[in-house]
Amino acid sequence: MEQTDRSKRYLNPYVGGVLLGLVLLAANFVSGRGLGASGAIKSAVVSTMETVAPQHVATTKFYTEYSGSHDGGFWHNWLVLEMLGVLVGGFASGAIAGRLKWKVEHSPKITSKRRIIFAVIGGILFGFGSQLGRGCTSGSALSGMAVLSVGGFVSMAFIFGTAFALAYFVRKLWI
Amino acid sequence: MGPLIVNEIIPEGLNLFLAFVIGIGFGFVLESSGFSSSRKLAGMFYGYDTTVLKVFFTAAITAMLGLLFFSLFGWIDLSLVYINPTFMTSAIVGGAIMGAGFILGGYCPGTSFCALSIGKLDALAFIGGLFIGVFIFAEGYPLWETMYKANNMGAPTMNTILGVSRGVFAFLLIIVALAMFVVGEWSEKKFPRDEY
Repeated sequence: MEQTDRSKRYLNPYVGGVLLGLVLLAANFVSGRGLGASGAIKSAVVSTMETVAPQHVATTKFYTEYSGSHDGGFWHNWLVLEMLGVLVGGFASGAIAGRLKWKVEHSPKITSKRRIIFAVIGGILFGFGSQLGRGCTSGSALSGMAVLSVGGFVSMAFIFGTAFALAYFVRKLWI
Repeated sequence: MGPLIVNEIIPEGLNLFLAFVIGIGFGFVLESSGFSSSRKLAGMFYGYDTTVLKVFFTAAITAMLGLLFFSLFGWIDLSLVYINPTFMTSAIVGGAIMGAGFILGGYCPGTSFCALSIGKLDALAFIGGLFIGVFIFAEGYPLWETMYKANNMGAPTMNTILGVSRGVFAFLLIIVALAMFVVGEWSEKKFPRDEY
C-alpha cells in the first residue's frame, strides 16, 4: 500500500458504510425522512419550468400535482439544500485526498466522446426511472431499506439486478 | 423527541441548515469511499470492485439498527418517520430503467453530484441527462400516469409482510449482508484489476 498513489486511497468501505448509515440516521432524526438526490433535480426542473413557461406549468398535470404536494420554493426544499451540501462535502473530501481534477473518466478502450454520450443516455434513463420509481438509489433504495419499506427493497433489487443483467453487453464501456 | 421537524422542535430555517450540513456529510462520505469514480462504481457489476455493495449494505444496516435503538430508547417516534410507499409496478419498471441507466452512465444521481464536485466531466454529462429524463417524465406524464399509480400497496414494511418483528427482520438482513460481503471479498480476488 505504501506505493499506492495518494489519490487512489479510499476510506475502508465498511467504515464508509457505517458513516453513511449515521448520516442517514441523522437525516431521519432531524426531518423524519431519509436522504435523496433525484428529488432535488425534480425541484430544479419544476422551478425552471415555472420561470420559463408559467402558463404551460399551470395547465400541465405533472406540475400542478407537484405544487399541490410541495409548498415552499426551490430554496426551501430540503433535498435541494442537502444536494448543495453534497457538492461541498464531496469537494472537501476530494481536496483533502488530492483528487480535484477536471477529467472525463473512461475505459482505455473507448474515447472521451463515447463516454460522454453514454453518460448522457444513462442520465436520461436514470432521471426518467427515478421519477417513475419514486426515488433513486438514495431516496428509494437506501433510505427505503433503512425503514424496511417493501418498495425500497424492490427498487434496490431491480436497480442492481438490471445493471448486473446488462453488464456483459456493455463491458467495453468499463473493462 | 425525534423526528425534530415533525415534532416542531426546531424551526424551518434550522431544518434547512441541517439539510445542508447533512448533505456535506453525505457528499464527504461518498467521495471518501470512492463513489466519485464511475469505473469504481461500475466495478460492482464486473466483480473487480464491490465497494458499492459493502458501503450500501453497511449503511442500510447501520441506519436501520440506529432507528431501532433510537426507538427503543424513546429518542425517535418511528410512527412519524416516513416510510416510502410501495407502488409495485412502478417500483419494478422504474428500478429496471434506473439499472440500465446505471450501467450505461456509470453513476446514480447522488454519486454523479459527488463526482462533479471533484471535477468529473462525465458526471456533468450524466447530470445533464438526469434533467432531460425528469423533463421527459414530467411532459409525458399522462402517458405513464396509469403505470405510475398502479398496484398501490400503501406503505408496507418487510417485517409485516413476512410476519416477523422489526428486530427479527433486521437480524436476518444482517446475516444476508454478511454473506454478501463474503461473496464480495471473494469476487475481488477472483476478478482483480490493477488499474482503473
